[in-house]
Amino acid sequence: MDLSIIGAAAINGLLLGGVYTLVASGLTLIYGVLHIINFAHGSLLMLAMFGVYFLLTMAGVDPYLSLVIMVPAMYVLGYLLYRFVIGRFASGKDENILLITLGLSILIENLALMFFKGDSRTISVSYIDDMVQVGPTLVSLPKIISFVAAIALCAALGLVIKYTDIGKSIRAVARERMGARLVGINVDRIFAISYGIGIATLGAAACLLMPIFYVSPTTGQVFIMVAFTVVVLGGMGSFAGALVGGLIVGLTESFGGLFLGESLGQIGISLIFILILLLRPTGLFGAKR
Amino acid sequence: MTSPRLSRRSILQAGTAAATLGSTGLLLAQPKPVKIGLVHPVSGALAYNGGQSRLGAQMAIDDLNAAGGVKAMGGAKFEAVLGDSQSRPEVGVSEVERMQQEGVSAYVGCFSSAIALAATQAAAKYNTPFMIDVGVSDSLMTRGLKNVFRLAPGNGRSVDDAFIGLSEVNKAAGGVAKTAVIVHEDSEFGTNTAKILAAKLTGIGITVKDTLKHATPTRDFSNLVLRIKSIKPDLVIMSNYQNEYVLLARTMYQQKVELAGLFTVLGGGMNYKFIKEMPEVAEYIMDFNHWCNPKDPRAVEMRKRVEATGHPFTFEVYCAYNSVKCYADAVQRAGTNDKEKVIAALAASTWSDHFMPYEATKFVDGQNVGGRAVLLQATKTDINVVWPDKYAQTKAVFPRPKRS
Repeated sequence: MDLSIIGAAAINGLLLGGVYTLVASGLTLIYGVLHIINFAHGSLLMLAMFGVYFLLTMAGVDPYLSLVIMVPAMYVLGYLLYRFVIGRFASGKDENILLITLGLSILIENLALMFFKGDSRTISVSYIDDMVQVGPTLVSLPKIISFVAAIALCAALGLVIKYTDIGKSIRAVARERMGARLVGINVDRIFAISYGIGIATLGAAACLLMPIFYVSPTTGQVFIMVAFTVVVLGGMGSFAGALVGGLIVGLTESFGGLFLGESLGQIGISLIFILILLLRPTGLFGAKR
Repeated sequence: MTSPRLSRRSILQAGTAAATLGSTGLLLAQPKPVKIGLVHPVSGALAYNGGQSRLGAQMAIDDLNAAGGVKAMGGAKFEAVLGDSQSRPEVGVSEVERMQQEGVSAYVGCFSSAIALAATQAAAKYNTPFMIDVGVSDSLMTRGLKNVFRLAPGNGRSVDDAFIGLSEVNKAAGGVAKTAVIVHEDSEFGTNTAKILAAKLTGIGITVKDTLKHATPTRDFSNLVLRIKSIKPDLVIMSNYQNEYVLLARTMYQQKVELAGLFTVLGGGMNYKFIKEMPEVAEYIMDFNHWCNPKDPRAVEMRKRVEATGHPFTFEVYCAYNSVKCYADAVQRAGTNDKEKVIAALAASTWSDHFMPYEATKFVDGQNVGGRAVLLQATKTDINVVWPDKYAQTKAVFPRPKRS
């Protein structure tokens, strides 16, 4: 096989990994730190993508500019969802949370189907087909932007968790819920804030994804399994892990597709998921408890 | 003010008159409506297409009623009984059963072949005429069901015609296309179509250099397009669903793949929405698909009417529209909505009051043998018929101009 194709596949894999990291970074916070298996993650991503779509088509807001609207909007949505739906009905039991987020996902998808109909939509902006020569291949500019943004997003989340008071509270709640409560941390509020931050990242992911992908009521399903794989691979709760995990999954899919064909190539992702669970259940960057 | 007094005699006279008129049917002159059950998927994955089909069927019913209904039945009006198959065959069947209870005289549906297979079978129990508006599977018409009729062509005929069209367009361009790569999705639909396509391509002297398959959904086509680029085919022939169709076409455009043509048969993604959203990507793509006769003024008029409602003028709309009108013609000629008589009238139908690229109808085992699809090519703003010449609005741009 031509070496230039292998080089191009590596670049494509890394860029694809950046997209996966975008979707997985919020999930690793919710799933890893708070132990909430958020099945609604995909459908909330889809909702955010529709938000970006309508901001552009109805108000003329550029998808990258809509970051300043979508990130706070999704934070508020996530916060309220946890405060008034998930937290209220979960009664502190993880298995209840699982069922509630699954129910939410079905509800959101079907409401989207009712209001937005089943057809997929793409956006049209002037730079959407701009290409940049990277080594042996042409790469779309929006993909490069999403790759850089994925790294920035993970770094920002890591810094927030490490250095801010909210971040310290989140870590405290994740480590020892009862102890955190005893030192005066409002655990329910921290849960809602963490869930809000996790969903806010989907607002960012949606703005960066819309120029390279389409949205339909089932778009969330396209990404959700991959996002879970990235979280498990990188280590639950680790943003560096989400980044490295995303890139590894992207490369695996890319090379799998190249050598085994596009349809068979995707088994590489499932294979990684199983191998990590067997050999290193804490993930590459996950701390042992 | 005093109210006028009614004498006993005047009341008796009025009562006698009413009874006399009623018994002769003069006061009950409004005939019963002819109910048509619309079995379309207006929710679920096919909701968009089902909604378009329903729109077309309802427009036909409105037009028929505005023109006086069934004259042979004293001006009986047509009435739509709305159904929703929810994009699922089993729901399609239960809608057929429900509509039967509501006394429908015929069904129109189903957009999807899978739903149509189940729904027509259910309607066959009641021997109720079933007009398939869209649903291309050949197996729909080979089960010996006397109640099932299809105006549009099936899969086999469409693929046959598609390659005659491609061959003629290629010959006219001096046979520039000698090699092809087939890209298909890896389920039964894509795999089977790819096999048929490969055989047909060889038959018209085009060598298939590779067949590449992909999963549904596929998130990124960059690598697949790299392989296409390295093979350097003259043609790329796609067989996949809408999302992958659009994503693959866009990636090929972005990666500047130079081709003589990008060709699809019954392409799921070829529509006005695609052209509006991605005009640069869609330009020059050729698709062999259901279409109206663009030279018929009624089609032009219909397009204006549909677009005025805010809906795009897609093939679902006019396939449903003409299917309802074809049924109405049979009711008119039969002079009744009696199922047996209408089925006989449909079987003998020579209806030509349509705006499709078809001759007068001739049904053989329920299939309109004159039904045909046409070769389309996208521009940045529109979709034009480019073959056969009889219906062509313009000549095909083939090979497409090089971008570099």
